Amino acid sequence: MSVTRTGPLPAGADATYDVVVVGAGVVGSAIARTLARHPLRVALVEAANDVGDGTSKANTAILHTGFDALPGTLEARLVREGYHLLSAYAQETGIPVEPLGALLVAWDEQQRAALPRLAEKAQRNGHRTTGLLTAAELRSREPHLGPGALAALEVPGESVICPWTTTLAYATQAVRSGVDLHLDCRVEKVRPGDPYHRLVTRRGVLRTRHLVNACGLHADAFDALVGREDFTVTPRRGQLLVFDKFARDLVRHILLPVPGPLGKGVLIAPTVYGNVMLGPTAEDLDDKTATGTTAEGLAGLREQGGRILPALLDEEVTAVYAGLRAATGQEDYRIAAHPGLRYVTVGGIRSTGLTASLAIAEHVRGLLADCGLGLGPERPLARLRMPNLGEAFPRPYRDARLIARDPEFGAIVCHCERVTRGEIRAALTSTIPPGGLDGLRRRTRARGGRCQGHSCGAEVRALFEEHAEHREGTR
Amino acid sequence: MNRTVDVLVVGAGPAGLAAAARLAAAGAGRVEVLERELDAGGIPRHCARPGFGADARGRPLDGPGYARRSVRAALRAGATVRTGVSATGWAGPLTLDVTAPTGLERVRARAVVLATGARERPRSARLVPGSRPAGVLTTGELQRLVLRFGARPEHIGRRAVVVGGDPVARAAVRTLRAAGVEVVAVVTEHPARRTAFGAVPVLGGAVVSELLGRGRLTGVAVRSGAGRTTRHTLRCDTVVFTGDWIPDHELARACGLPLAPGTRGPATDSAFRTAAAGVFAVGNLLRGVEPAVVAAAEGRTVAAAVIGLLEGRPWPEGRVPVGVPAGSVGPLRWVTPGLLGPVAAPLLVRPERRLVRPVLTVTQDGAPLRRVRLNGALAPWRSVRLPPWWAHGVDLGGGPVVVGAEE
Ligand SMILES: Cc1cc2nc3c(=O)[nH]c(=O)nc-3n(C[C@H](O)[C@H](O)[C@H](O)COP(=O)(O)OP(=O)(O)OC[C@H]3O[C@@H](n4cnc5c(N)ncnc54)[C@H](O)[C@@H]3O)c2cc1C
Ligand SMILES: Cc1cc2nc3c(=O)[nH]c(=O)nc-3n(C[C@H](O)[C@H](O)[C@H](O)COP(=O)(O)OP(=O)(O)OC[C@H]3O[C@@H](n4cnc5c(N)ncnc54)[C@H](O)[C@@H]3O)c2cc1C
Repeated sequence: MSVTRTGPLPAGADATYDVVVVGAGVVGSAIARTLARHPLRVALVEAANDVGDGTSKANTAILHTGFDALPGTLEARLVREGYHLLSAYAQETGIPVEPLGALLVAWDEQQRAALPRLAEKAQRNGHRTTGLLTAAELRSREPHLGPGALAALEVPGESVICPWTTTLAYATQAVRSGVDLHLDCRVEKVRPGDPYHRLVTRRGVLRTRHLVNACGLHADAFDALVGREDFTVTPRRGQLLVFDKFARDLVRHILLPVPGPLGKGVLIAPTVYGNVMLGPTAEDLDDKTATGTTAEGLAGLREQGGRILPALLDEEVTAVYAGLRAATGQEDYRIAAHPGLRYVTVGGIRSTGLTASLAIAEHVRGLLADCGLGLGPERPLARLRMPNLGEAFPRPYRDARLIARDPEFGAIVCHCERVTRGEIRAALTSTIPPGGLDGLRRRTRARGGRCQGHSCGAEVRALFEEHAEHREGTR
Repeated sequence: MNRTVDVLVVGAGPAGLAAAARLAAAGAGRVEVLERELDAGGIPRHCARPGFGADARGRPLDGPGYARRSVRAALRAGATVRTGVSATGWAGPLTLDVTAPTGLERVRARAVVLATGARERPRSARLVPGSRPAGVLTTGELQRLVLRFGARPEHIGRRAVVVGGDPVARAAVRTLRAAGVEVVAVVTEHPARRTAFGAVPVLGGAVVSELLGRGRLTGVAVRSGAGRTTRHTLRCDTVVFTGDWIPDHELARACGLPLAPGTRGPATDSAFRTAAAGVFAVGNLLRGVEPAVVAAAEGRTVAAAVIGLLEGRPWPEGRVPVGVPAGSVGPLRWVTPGLLGPVAAPLLVRPERRLVRPVLTVTQDGAPLRRVRLNGALAPWRSVRLPPWWAHGVDLGGGPVVVGAEE
């Protein structure tokens, strides 16, 4: 097991793997973790300097039941299975999840008329507990809704989850169970061969018998490296606004729009960190790097959000960001095995990949076996308990016993998010230390609160650099 | 651990320290100041330049010097100042939950003085679109970075754009230049005041409309002109968003204190009493930045009312709220105090933009109480003080009082 970020890749036998998974987003990390249950030599290879740095860091963080998936698709099945797998995994490893339930709110007659059909669709997806709410019932559950809400479909089980901890948990457990993680290591060329494919990166060459493409937005480009052209990824941008924690009391459920002919509309959902999220937009682009926000996008979100929850607009905005969904022109995932190439493409993981990740991993494990990978016996994974970033669960700054053991957990550094020096130190010395301040934020929330570093930025950076220097020094 | 003190002051900036010094000297009993940072003194600690009055011998004080003096005065008077200690929430009407390396505490007090200061709105709260690169700062973070790391370009970049036109923008420009960073331009919504920024070009009537670059900032897009129609790009690797203050009102809101519209700080009367019995608020927490001496003066003023409370004087009832017209942005940004009681009080008014010889008005329940044309011009980075007679005639049994302006 090792994590590398710089310098040449391991050479010789150490650079020879049974499986290399390319792309350490939530999907690739989940696959690496699943493969780690077998006595295989596995590497997870990522172009960015951290795991979960692509689409996986910039979604709406909902653990979907899959009630509204297109019945019969692979996506519908994997989302449904993934929901159960990830719920259980979160419980076991301490990933924060809050099962708030969702309300699909109808704002006009057409939307109201659509609710029974959605309930029926949910049933076909194996979700039998939905219920219709009258305007009065709806209002008593969500007293801050704007005027004009006519009815709602209640979907119990829809949950909010921490997407950052999820990806990090998979990757950490994979590494602790023996997987090599190579960061800052873009695969630039693939020389298919037998028995080994050779993967050319700027840091050297890796050899592997089997290959998994989990490149997210770049899955089509990676396919091209091995000579396949099965689909094209069109980035569909989603811009989002995250409101201050003081907005949290305004909303109790995940408020989903009713999908209709006039487009998708936006959702309002609490986050596990105690904020409220508004978004996303849906814009088809052709630039896979266009993760910026736009004035029109943000203004449109505010306008829609203000209709759903007027008081939301009085609260401060903590963060704005955008993510890109990997659309492929087909209402399903594009997961395909190519046994002749000992190669599996995991493409088109559009807007449900976080939820489905563990089920996708199981599915891919099966496909690799179909491609001739001898999995061998199963063994238990390394045990794992993740630090909690969720507001609904105990945080270190309120834990008297922890502070008594280690006073650093009583030293708050980031005041908005109440992140202690103990947590920052722990993240900096963890199995997969952050590659930069943003990675540190995703592990601890430091600098991620309402002041965005106004008061803690310098201190957090000092801790990061102190540690980086220390690491250099001991190398 | 549960403890009880007489007065608990939250925040060891100029306001909190001045309050503690005065209270301890006046024999208020055990006066304890909590400060979440490792050093007491508040914002002046990071303002390493003159501008904070003078010491006893008339020598100008810089921020750190002023901070040290304020801390010493509080300690000498007998107050306890505890640093590295955060007040995280309320466990009762006058009981705060506290986290410190020494453990958790519940501190009960007979009076609580909130002096938690203010911060600048970051880029996200200002809804500036674009990418999310490194190199995007507020003045607060900039000053702390310089204090912490000195002038190392890998921390603050080489070419900076400063957004804002207030005095704090000048502070940012000075800090950047002292750190060897080239300031490419100051971008301000207000009409340009070239003289304020020395040799640095000022783009007046302009806004930063987009941040560019991935990984590190590579530039900002600026829109200017009537209707903000012309757009061009300034190349830079750092942008500092200055001013645009928001009170650090977390504890105030967690206590359920109503915020004064406009200021977003807790509404108080002229003795700095909030709506909750026993809870006071002073300093920048009330409305964003005023000079340190103003914050400190408020800290001293609050002492009398705190002592009154400790001696058993009842908490006033029947105070009327005072504010600027609700709704869309008008010529005035805020007015304080936000509650008017029986004691006549001066009003502090902050204009939203430059106003030349405006007519200020006071109305209650829609009925006009006063209209006065002011001589001269009001500037958005400075408050005007209206003498106590401005509020004469307010009916303490009536509805909200509104202070407006006409040009
Ligand atoms: C706005 C938005 C909202 C969403 N909301 C939800 C939600 O609420 N619930 C939910 O379940 N899902 C949601 N999703 C979907 C979910 O985020 C994605 O399905 C998921 O993150 C995809 O993960 P991934 O691992 O496939 O891709 P990514 O996270 O993008 O990972 C792919 C990785 O591959 C790397 N890579 C690419 N090419 C190479 C190469 N040649 N060499 C090495 N590395 C390479 C990239 O650097 C990247 O890190 C949402 C998505 C968006 C955009
Ligand atoms: C860049 C800049 C330049 C300035 N230049 C000048 C100048 O030249 N001259 C001048 O007179 N004034 C200047 N000022 C203004 C002056 O600094 C302020 O008026 C003054 O600091 C306000 O005092 P305060 O006590 O209200 O707030 P602050 O100084 O902000 O102090 C508040 C304190 O409360 C602490 N706190 C907050 N919440 C908690 C909590 N929950 N628990 C424990 N502690 C908490 C904070 O850490 C902080 O130390 C400047 C301000 C800035 C930002």
